[in-house]
Amino acid sequence: MNQRQLPEHPDFLWPNPEPKASYDVVIIGGGGHGLATAYYLAKNHGITNVAVLEKGWLAGGNMARNTTIIRSNYLWDESSAMYEFSLKRWEGMEEELGYDVFFSQRGVLNLAHTLQDVRDSVRRVEANRLNGVDAEWVDPRQVKELCPIINIGDDIRYPVMGGTYQPRAGIAKHDWVAWAYARRASELGVDLIQNCEVTGFVMDGDRVTGVQTTRGRIATGKVALAVAGHTSALTELAGFQVPIQSHPLQALVSELHEIIHPTVVMSNHVHVYVSQAHKGELVMGAGVDSYTGYDQRGSFHVIEHQMSAAVELFPAFSRAHLLRTWGGIVDVTMDASPIMGLTPVDGMYVNCGWGTGGFKAVPGAGWSYAHTIAHDEPHALNAGYGLERFVTGALIDEHGAAAVAH
Amino acid sequence: MLIIDCPYCGPRSETEFGYGGQAHVAYPPDPHALTDEEWAQYLFYRDNPKGDRAERWLHSAGCRRWFNAVRDTRNYEISAVYRLSDPRPHQTTKGA
Ligand SMILES: Cc1cc2nc3c(=O)[nH]c(=O)nc-3n(C[C@H](O)[C@H](O)[C@H](O)COP(=O)(O)OP(=O)(O)OC[C@H]3O[C@@H](n4cnc5c(N)ncnc54)[C@H](O)[C@@H]3O)c2cc1C
Ligand SMILES: [Zn+2]
Repeated sequence: MNQRQLPEHPDFLWPNPEPKASYDVVIIGGGGHGLATAYYLAKNHGITNVAVLEKGWLAGGNMARNTTIIRSNYLWDESSAMYEFSLKRWEGMEEELGYDVFFSQRGVLNLAHTLQDVRDSVRRVEANRLNGVDAEWVDPRQVKELCPIINIGDDIRYPVMGGTYQPRAGIAKHDWVAWAYARRASELGVDLIQNCEVTGFVMDGDRVTGVQTTRGRIATGKVALAVAGHTSALTELAGFQVPIQSHPLQALVSELHEIIHPTVVMSNHVHVYVSQAHKGELVMGAGVDSYTGYDQRGSFHVIEHQMSAAVELFPAFSRAHLLRTWGGIVDVTMDASPIMGLTPVDGMYVNCGWGTGGFKAVPGAGWSYAHTIAHDEPHALNAGYGLERFVTGALIDEHGAAAVAH
Repeated sequence: MLIIDCPYCGPRSETEFGYGGQAHVAYPPDPHALTDEEWAQYLFYRDNPKGDRAERWLHSAGCRRWFNAVRDTRNYEISAVYRLSDPRPHQTTKGA
């Protein structure tokens, strides 16, 4: 029953230093990716003269707005390498960071509702197994065993025809994850600077030599972007574009309920996914709003649609109430895979395009981005994720595993 | 929910419309002459502004016609709708 209680925090987790005049590396964006990158720069590469500049408060962007689904059952080799590496680090995170993150390996079910879904799912399970990722195909009866509250009747619009199950997948508490990285990065010497928006770059020819911020100019030889949906605004200032579109993505929670939902259920076809948070809220989300936008809110019909799908799958939810909805700004690429690597500007690195699914990748992205920044070349994990893939055509098409799914 | 003013039918709820992304992206006049970089631009790169954006909408549950709109991506306010054949209207947005 201690699932419903959270421990007390220490009074403060990190100091709030004034920005220095210069750093070896400036990371822009204090979400999960920026914080994990700072931590691994210090820990794996001994680079500690680092600042993380955040325009608002740490983790106030997508990091503490996401629905925290963690899994590694993606289709392609590049993706399963990145997400499985991350999942292994999630499994050791509390020990590594010495901080609770409530990583709960309650499994993730991805439902199939059509014959095409079934075929795609079985193919993905086989691909996962070849990549050493735990995955199994489960029939409707097994789905019901894993999640007794689900409706597997065949008299609904899209009956459950089975699903894929990854037992090691699960959820964590996103804000605690951010604080865990922030605290360790800060202890290793990283300056975490909040309320500091980057508004421009200082350039020397093709090389970046500093950033302009709302708290003054800061000199640096290396600038690492980790601003998710806001990446285009910054790359425009640096004179290049990234192939992303920024969309609102919404989520919602109900009031607290008894713990009735033992796993995580996702359905690409009926467009909803549901888990139950540690304290008992039902957490739901779906796909992005169709239009681009930066307002951290979307349209209500998207929420209505996902709730009607949820109620059909989980009839018991018809008595629950919508307590809170919110949105984040997610950076969507054409192949539903992220972008990480060097840029046309010397000394500038980009990590974006994680779209609706970058929370689960925080450890692996931080690890490989830190390597990219330290060595001026990609790590094996992100070698396929550079901007050049849009020119060579070597796309990593994860729409099947990532489009709605998070 | 947005209210979108179809130039053919008048104001209707967003649920009647489909979104078509950036407007005024011309098909390459001579596709065979494009380099790989130019193909990448045409296929994968679209503007992603914080502010006014000219974009396509389809009134799929109404007159089923495409048209263009100028929408501010910071507050979703639509300041102009116009036919596909028309150029983007010149305007100054509040606050821009
Ligand atoms: C509703 C929702 C549900 C999601 N569900 C899942 C899920 O279940 N599983 C999953 O894996 N992923 C999920 N995601 C995606 C995941 O949240 C993101 O991919 C991930 O958080 C992005 O990386 P980040 O944490 O570094 O981004 P963010 O937390 O958005 O960090 C970027 C930071 O950059 C800052 N910034 C921007 N511009 C500037 C500037 N000019 N100067 C200084 N700072 C700046 C922002 O304020 C922000 O704090 C979801 C996202 C949303 C919105
Ligand atoms: Zn119309």
